[in-house]
Amino acid sequence: MILNSYFLAVALLSLVGFYALVFRSNMIKITMGLAIIASAVNLFLISLGYRYCGIAPIFTDAPIDPSQSQLKMVLPVPQALTLTSIVISLAVTALMLSLSVLLYRKTKSLDIRDIKEALSND
Amino acid sequence: MIEFFSTNGIALLIAVPLLSAFLTPLFEKINRFLRNLYIIFSVIVTVTIGFFVSYTIFVSGTLVYTLGATEPGLTMPSGLRVPVRIVLVADAFSAFMILSSSIIFFVSTIYSFGSIRKGFGKYFSLFFIMAASVFGILCTGDLFNLFVFIEILSISSTGLIAFRKEKPLSLISAYNYLIVSAVASLMILFGIGILYGQYGMLNIAAVSRAIKFSFVDVFAMVLLIAGLAMKCGSVPMHFWVPDAYGRAPSAVTAFLVVSSQASLYALFRVSFMLFAGFSLIQLVALAIITFGLLSMFIGVTMALVQKDIKRLMAYHAVSQTGYMLLGVGVGLFSINTTFYSHGLLAMEGGIFHIINHALYKGLLFLTAGAIIYATKERDLNKIGGIARKMPFTTIFFIIGAAAIAGLPPTNGFASKFLIYESVFVFNPLLSIIAVIVSMLTLISFVKIFCSAFLGPEREELKNIKEVPKPMLVAMSLLALCIISFGLFPDSVLKAIIEPAAKALLSQGAYLEAVF
Repeated sequence: MILNSYFLAVALLSLVGFYALVFRSNMIKITMGLAIIASAVNLFLISLGYRYCGIAPIFTDAPIDPSQSQLKMVLPVPQALTLTSIVISLAVTALMLSLSVLLYRKTKSLDIRDIKEALSND
Repeated sequence: MIEFFSTNGIALLIAVPLLSAFLTPLFEKINRFLRNLYIIFSVIVTVTIGFFVSYTIFVSGTLVYTLGATEPGLTMPSGLRVPVRIVLVADAFSAFMILSSSIIFFVSTIYSFGSIRKGFGKYFSLFFIMAASVFGILCTGDLFNLFVFIEILSISSTGLIAFRKEKPLSLISAYNYLIVSAVASLMILFGIGILYGQYGMLNIAAVSRAIKFSFVDVFAMVLLIAGLAMKCGSVPMHFWVPDAYGRAPSAVTAFLVVSSQASLYALFRVSFMLFAGFSLIQLVALAIITFGLLSMFIGVTMALVQKDIKRLMAYHAVSQTGYMLLGVGVGLFSINTTFYSHGLLAMEGGIFHIINHALYKGLLFLTAGAIIYATKERDLNKIGGIARKMPFTTIFFIIGAAAIAGLPPTNGFASKFLIYESVFVFNPLLSIIAVIVSMLTLISFVKIFCSAFLGPEREELKNIKEVPKPMLVAMSLLALCIISFGLFPDSVLKAIIEPAAKALLSQGAYLEAVF
């Protein structure tokens, strides 16, 4: 049962992230919310491949006869997926922050609702 | 040579634009002429490969390419029961989408040579990455790869939407687009993770064979379909469309239409390949039909009140996406029922509408871009009487508007009529709504035509000229496609649409090609 606590953490983290996305209007906070959801998904992926007391999935460490051995290995594929997904979410975060910087330079505000209002009045 | 291209074609289709994306800035360092030469060369190579690949698929069936294997066709090394490598698969439906994307890619490149004035190298780097990711989405046979390509697509399109970065409005549109697509892709990734946790596989064909439709799978299905529907710009997550389409440079907008259609492709692929055997699939189909109807109606009514010419057209894009969802949704509904033949017809209409939409919406966005280029003005109330000064643009606009409203000599008529006819058997009410939406579309385009092209000449628009030649050539190519598709709908239907609809409906060929 204690193993499922990962999934509880995933649900909580994504809720926090969605809260920030929906109810915050500061662009930095929205970016943070998105990063938190990304971490939740990454945590989900990595916990899919976790095995209790498992070892790293390295070929030379593998037991010769898997049916006789007690040794367990964590799954390698979710780790590869998570690495890719981390890189992508880094790119998204960087892009969002750079857009925020550009918008701040133009409008001197970080609040997305204020900016939209100011622009629609023009 | 031909042999080489037919076996490696789908890998090259992704590799060539990706390589060009990183070589273009290097050529920019040398000189401008060489850079332009390289861009033209590489676009022609990509488009030729695209045409060739889709021709090969229509003639000789599904293509498979296994990345990293000793032989391209070796999906499963000996002793394995599921494909472990990343597999690229392209069947007739992918071939159809590759064809339509290649045409638009080619045309918007030509248009860019006239319309983009500064930052040409950067622009084309992003444009090539976008093309590579669109072709990647269309060719991939692997769920995680699909996610990666969708993310590359959203990052590169964000860059292009914000391309005129001196304008705060385009920055804020890009920001909105990025939020929506990042959330959508995270939902897709979550869904893919759930499927991986259940079956330990990422290959679409392998998952499709193993799937058992447990409660958790249904959750994954909801996440995947919702995420992809957000990305293709259907109601209720359509609010990014007018911003993004309206603010991006026009050549990019034409290609953004294709890229949202790539998400639409992924939506159809996932719902037909993975979830077609699901007992509640008709519920899913009804949901898709409902979203389609809502998109049609909300899109067109919002378009009626717009003043900005590109925003207006973007709302029409939402409304036209509804037609595709309607056609293919009816097809999905009828997959195991008695009106299968009408379902197939509705699917053909929906799929035909995809390529037609890409063509005429592309043309309309390009004419809008031409108007903005010539007059420096996007407010319809401030444009008037430009028909005398820009005769070619006017003709192209009339062709595009006739096609979007579904008037007879154009391609829009062919696909819309197919949808009305087959959906009428399913439920007459849906057809009636579709016809009404079509009429509203016509009204809205007549409005633009009257206010922008006709009417008295305006004092401040006295000195406008017709746009540069590359832009005219690009528009005329699309107009030619629209007319020829409209004149010979039967042969187009037989040659490309029917195989595509059948490929989507029957998963046998896809599974056979992978296993």
